[in-house]
Amino acid sequence: MSDSNNIFTKFKNMPVDGIVKTVIVATALCFVCSMVVSFAAVNLKSIQEVNKAIDKQKNILQVAGVYHEGIDVNKTFSSFQPLVVDLNSGKFTDKFDASIFDDKKAAQDPLLSISLENDPASIGRRTNYATIYLLKKDDGSLDKIILPIHGYGLWSTLYGFIALENNLNDIFGLQFYQHAETPGLGAEVDNPKWKAQWKGKKLNNENGELMIQVAKTQKYKEHHIDALAGATLTSNGVDNLVKFWMGKDGFKKFLNNLKNGAA
Amino acid sequence: MSQTRKQLLVDPLVDNNPITLQVLGICSALAVTSSLNVAFVMSLAVIAVTGFSSLFISFLRNYIPNSIRIIVQMVIIASLVILVDQIIKAYAYEISKTLSVFVGLIITNCIVMGRAEAFAMKNTPFNSFVDGIGNGLGYSLLLMCVGVVRELFGSGTLFGITILDPVNNGGWYVPNGLLLLPPSAFFIIGFLIWGVRSWKKSQIEAREYKIQSLEVH
Repeated sequence: MSDSNNIFTKFKNMPVDGIVKTVIVATALCFVCSMVVSFAAVNLKSIQEVNKAIDKQKNILQVAGVYHEGIDVNKTFSSFQPLVVDLNSGKFTDKFDASIFDDKKAAQDPLLSISLENDPASIGRRTNYATIYLLKKDDGSLDKIILPIHGYGLWSTLYGFIALENNLNDIFGLQFYQHAETPGLGAEVDNPKWKAQWKGKKLNNENGELMIQVAKTQKYKEHHIDALAGATLTSNGVDNLVKFWMGKDGFKKFLNNLKNGAA
Repeated sequence: MSQTRKQLLVDPLVDNNPITLQVLGICSALAVTSSLNVAFVMSLAVIAVTGFSSLFISFLRNYIPNSIRIIVQMVIIASLVILVDQIIKAYAYEISKTLSVFVGLIITNCIVMGRAEAFAMKNTPFNSFVDGIGNGLGYSLLLMCVGVVRELFGSGTLFGITILDPVNNGGWYVPNGLLLLPPSAFFIIGFLIWGVRSWKKSQIEAREYKIQSLEVH
């Protein structure tokens, strides 16, 4: 061939199973594939993050009962005021920008979280700072407060929100936005009928003791949520995580402070 | 090699279905068939991956050194799967949440590797592409069949639209919880294989062993 000096021809004429060709093919392929993958990952990242943020906002709207199919999530969400709470002191803190503070990341950071000894919700570490959302009425008074909660069910950690009325004791709603429980059984935590039970239930009794309970048998009507049939472990998980987050290691201090106007 | 392209596309649907005849790709068929929406997106993902991986592998078939051919195939398949995963996360976020790891697990789906190794390494790119799409469709067809049974009788819905009003929502239908659990797909796939083999007798495999007669010679 006249152009035998051409690198490509040379390459083509190499024995397919030779070491040189094997290395060249492997390297070139890895290079091309890594370029394709990183190009896709980098370019699609912004869209994915927007999706994630919208999904979270949508869940906050849902738990506060202001979501309807087809509303502008972003616009409606702007009426919610995000604030960061220091769980140890039970007070609001302005150390972080609440609109971008990431509770999940904080829970991984040894400086911003504690390792739990008493850990009924099986979450391992608890963040010291949590982002909560306030929904105000038109006259500026508090309408609802939305608190993030999470804990382990049967297969997965359930992440969700609980919405409280402005007396900070009556539950308005509860909703999980991320979990991987068994479809049809544990995943019935998403069933609107089951979720509707939470509305109007009281967290604490008159003495301020935490009474809320997800159980098969009913002890106190105003504190009782009927457990899911066929999903005992998921129900136990929800029971534990709600008790944990509404208890002394969770938001109890903050809620008491807020009630007394000391937050 | 007198196969026409149409045969390449149609054969894997029933006659040479990757799941019912070759019994490949079972594990993902168990996992993603509890609802049709999820099964549908998974099907599209698998069709795209089998088609394009066969295409690219076929393009490179004369350059792929034999000693590392499996790794080369895996790298191409894995890259495509990541690509598909990223696209689903960006444009179908709700469904990507339910599919979770299963898109990533297409990499280990034997159908994709099987077509790459058995067909794409020996055939022209376009034929390989058609073959890949055909096998993807065969997989999808079965996935959808299993999905219809599981979703209809497991939750009383099809594509999320209520058909049999379940008791939980105040209706009359008591959903069969077993159908929502992965093992039920084993039964359904088993029945389907039985059905297909009763219909197409040629698919019945010859026994690999012969029962010895007890006669003393």
